[in-house]
Amino acid sequence: MKRRDFLIQAGLFSTTAIASVSCNTWVVHSATKKSDRQRLIVIFMRGGADGLNIVVPYAEPAYYQARPKIALAKPGQEKGVLDLDGHFGLHPALAPLMPFWQQGNLAFVHAAGSPDPSRSHFDAQFYMEIGIPGNQRVSEGWMNRLMGAISNKTPIQAVSVGTTKPRILNGQMPVANLASGRNANKPIAIDRPQVSAAFDRLYGGNDTLSQTYHQGRVAREALMTDLAQEMKMANNGAPLPDGFAGDAQRLGKLMAKDPRIELGFMALGGWDTHVNQGSDRGYLARGLGSLGKGLAALAQSLGPTYQNTVILVMSEFGRTLRENGNGGTDHGHGNVMWVLGGKVRGGKVYGEWPGLETAQLYEKRDLAVTTDFRDVISDVLARHLSVNDTQLSKVFPSYTPKQKIALL
Amino acid sequence: MTVKPRYLVLLLFILLVGSDPIYAANKPVDPKILHIINRLSFGAKPGEIQKVESLGVERYIKAQLSPNSISESPSLTRQLSQLETLNLNTVELRNYLKAPPQATPEEKKALQRRGGKILQEAVKARLLRATSSNRQLQEVMVDFWYNHFNVYSGKGNARYWVGAYEQEAIRPYALGRFRDLLGATAHHPAMLVYLDNSQNKASRRPGATPRVNENYARELMELHTLGADGGYTQQDVITLARIFTGWGIARPGQQTNGKSVFYFDPKFHDPNDKVFLGRTIKASGQAEGEQALDILAQSPATAHHISYQLAQYFVSDRPPASLVDRLAQRFRNTDGNIRAVLETLFQSPEFWDKKYFNAKFKTPFQYTVSAVRATGLEVNNTIPLSRNLEQLEMPVYGCRTPDGYKNTQDVWLNPEAMNRRLNFATALGSGRLPLLGTANNQPKNKSINPVQPLDATQLINTLGNSLSPKTQSAIAASPPELKAALVLGSPEFMRR
Repeated sequence: MKRRDFLIQAGLFSTTAIASVSCNTWVVHSATKKSDRQRLIVIFMRGGADGLNIVVPYAEPAYYQARPKIALAKPGQEKGVLDLDGHFGLHPALAPLMPFWQQGNLAFVHAAGSPDPSRSHFDAQFYMEIGIPGNQRVSEGWMNRLMGAISNKTPIQAVSVGTTKPRILNGQMPVANLASGRNANKPIAIDRPQVSAAFDRLYGGNDTLSQTYHQGRVAREALMTDLAQEMKMANNGAPLPDGFAGDAQRLGKLMAKDPRIELGFMALGGWDTHVNQGSDRGYLARGLGSLGKGLAALAQSLGPTYQNTVILVMSEFGRTLRENGNGGTDHGHGNVMWVLGGKVRGGKVYGEWPGLETAQLYEKRDLAVTTDFRDVISDVLARHLSVNDTQLSKVFPSYTPKQKIALL
Repeated sequence: MTVKPRYLVLLLFILLVGSDPIYAANKPVDPKILHIINRLSFGAKPGEIQKVESLGVERYIKAQLSPNSISESPSLTRQLSQLETLNLNTVELRNYLKAPPQATPEEKKALQRRGGKILQEAVKARLLRATSSNRQLQEVMVDFWYNHFNVYSGKGNARYWVGAYEQEAIRPYALGRFRDLLGATAHHPAMLVYLDNSQNKASRRPGATPRVNENYARELMELHTLGADGGYTQQDVITLARIFTGWGIARPGQQTNGKSVFYFDPKFHDPNDKVFLGRTIKASGQAEGEQALDILAQSPATAHHISYQLAQYFVSDRPPASLVDRLAQRFRNTDGNIRAVLETLFQSPEFWDKKYFNAKFKTPFQYTVSAVRATGLEVNNTIPLSRNLEQLEMPVYGCRTPDGYKNTQDVWLNPEAMNRRLNFATALGSGRLPLLGTANNQPKNKSINPVQPLDATQLINTLGNSLSPKTQSAIAASPPELKAALVLGSPEFMRR
C-alpha cells in the first residue's frame, strides 16, 4: 500500500501515529467497498436568482402584466420559453438541460424557499447555508453536519471549488478545496517533498492550524494525483476550459474517479439583477447559459457515477414579481429549486403553486413560499443518501419536514 | 536590500554570540510592543520594534492616530508620484477616457490601455502604501473602511472609479467623522454605480406605480449603518430608496461642481413627503438624502454596529460586549468621531487582555503585506503580490458582495488556503518573487532581482524573537534555503 493512501485513510491523526503502524490491509478493502456510494453536489446561485424567469409561469396573465420589459414569450413564439408542462416553461438559455428534462432526470420545485422573511443576501444565504432560518448563533453549515452523519472519515469526503470555505461546509469536519481554473492541478512549491517535509515539522501539533495544514496536504495530494491521472487518460493532455463549465467538469471527473468524494459544492455569482436583467438575452440569460452548459458538462463528466448523483441548485431568495424602473428586479422571496440526477423522478415541476395575483403574493410583491427548502433537501438526503430521521434531525436541528416530496 | 546600521550591529552581535544564530540568546521583545505593532500596523518591518520601544507605546498610538504628524517615506512619495492616474478626480478620469471623435482603431486601443492602467495603478498604490507607508494605522483603517463601504471593481464602470473612490471618499475620512465618510461614499460615482443608486429613479408619469431601485437603500442600512437587526422594515427600505431617487451621474453636458461627476436630477426625484424610520422628511430634493444620512449616522444602532466591527477587527473575532458598548457610547458622545472611538479602543482593558495577543488570524491581505514588510524589501513591482491575493481569493477591489471582505478566522482558515499561504511564504522566503523590479524594467532580470534566500535570523529578529521553541527547532532542523520560508510560514506569523 502506498503511504499516500494510508495518510488519507488515517485522516487527521498525527504523523507519529501513522509511523507507528506498518500494515493496514483493511484500508484498501474499505475504500473499494464504498465505490458505489451515493453523491450529492450542491450548486449555490449567490445573489438571489430570478426564479420567475428561470422556470416561467407563462400560463399566468399576471406574469406578463408585471413584467412588460423582461417577461419571456410563451412557448412556440419567437424567443419563447421551452415548454415544460403546459403551465411552466424553461428559459431558452437553459436549452442544454432540455434533454435531461425529457429523459426524466430533471425536476424543479417551484415556490420553494426559506420561511424567514429576510431580503438581505447575507442573512438569507447564511440561514440557507446553516440550514436554520432566523438563527444567527450557529456557524456550522448543514453540509458539514451532514458529513458528520454519513462520514467515511476521509479528508476529501467533501470537495468545494475555490480556495475559501463556504459557510455551508463550515464546521468540524475537514473539507477539501479544489482551486478554480485550469491551473487547478498545477504543482506549487509546497508540493516538493523537501518543502513539505519542512512544513510538516512546523505543523506537527494538534492545534487548529496544524490540523488544517494536514488536511490541506493530504487532500491536495489526493486531488492532484486524481486530476493528473484523469487528465492523461481522458483528455490526451488537452486542458479543460476555464470558468464555471471547466470547474464543474473537473469536479465531475474527480468525483467519478474517486469514490471517497461524496459531497461537492460550487457557488456561482452574478444573479443580483437589479438593472437590465434582460429577457431571452442579456444579463440573466448569460448567467443561465453558463450555468446550463456547466450542469450538462458536470453530468457528462460524472460518467456512470451520474446514476448515483443528485445535483441540487438553489439560491437565497427569488426576486420581485414586478420589474423595477431599470428593467431589473429587486430582492423577493419564493424561488425555484432544481434537482438533477440519474435517479431523480424528473420531468415534473413539484410544489404547490401559490399563484401570482396580488392577493396571492407574499407581502403583495413576491412569489410566496409554499415549500420549505429544508423539505426538498431532507427528501434528497433521506431517499438518496439514506439519511435516517435521527441523522436528519442533526442536519436540520429542531425541524420536522412538513411534506414528503418523493423526488427520487 | 538596505540594512540599517543599527541592524548591522545587531547581526554582528548575533554572529559573535552563538554558532547557530537561531538559538542566539536574544531576549524576546515585550509582548505589548508586538501586540500594538500587530494591531495598529500591517506588521513589523526591520527596526520597527526598536522604534516603538524608544518612543513608548502611548506615544506610538498617539502618533498613529494623527497620521499627518508622521513624516512619510520619501521613496513611497516618489513611487506614488509616478502613478499618472492616481490623483485624477472623476471628472478628470472621464476626460482621460474620452474618445476623440471618429477614433481610429489605434486610438481606441490606446484608450483601452488607459482604462486598464487606471485600475492597475490604484491596486499598485494600495499595495505600496500598505507595505511602505509610515502612517500604518491610516492604511489599516483604509483597509477597514474600504471593506465596510465595499465597491467591486468588476461592476460596470466601477473599475474606473474604485481608485478615485478610495482617494476621495475613504482615505480622507478614515480617522475622521463617520458622517463625512458616509456622505462621501453616498455621493461617489463608484458607489452610485456599484449599488445601482444611479439607476434609482422615480416615475415621471403622475400616478404611475413608483419603481425605485432598492439596492443601495437596503445595503446602506444593513451594512453601512444600522446593521441587519437595526430595526428597519421593508417599508423603510422602499422609502429610503424613494428619498434617493434622482441621485446619479452627470451625462455629458450636465453641469457638475468640476470635482465629481455626481449629479442630482430633480426630474427623477420622487416629489412627495416621506416617513422614514418614523420621522417625517419633507419633500426637498437632494436635501432629503442628506437628512436621511444624518438620521442614520446618529442612530444608536449605527454606533453599535460600527463599534462591533471595529472591536472585531482590532480585538477578537468575537469581541467582548463590554468593549462594544463602551465604544458605542464614545461614538455617540463624539458624534461619530472615529479617532476618538479608536482612542478608547486602544486604551481599553479588553484590547490589552493578554488572551487576545496574537489571536487574530490574518486575512490574506494582512498576511501578504506583513510578510513583505518583515523582509524589509523595497517593493517596486507589486504584481506578484496582487497575483498572490487573487490566488488567496482576496484581490484588491475584487470583493463582489457589498459586505466586503471579512476579517475572521472562520472565513480564511481552510486547508487549501494554508497550502497557498505556505507556497507564497516559500517563494518569498527563498527570494523568488521579483518584487524589486518595476513592471517595465523586466522583473525577471536577475541583476535586479537576484534569487537568493532571505536571512532567517534577520527575520526572526525583526519579528521580536517571538517564535515558540517548537517552531525554532523545526526551523533549525531544516535546510538553510528554507529557513526564511519557515519563519514566514510559521503558525505565529499566520496570526497578528
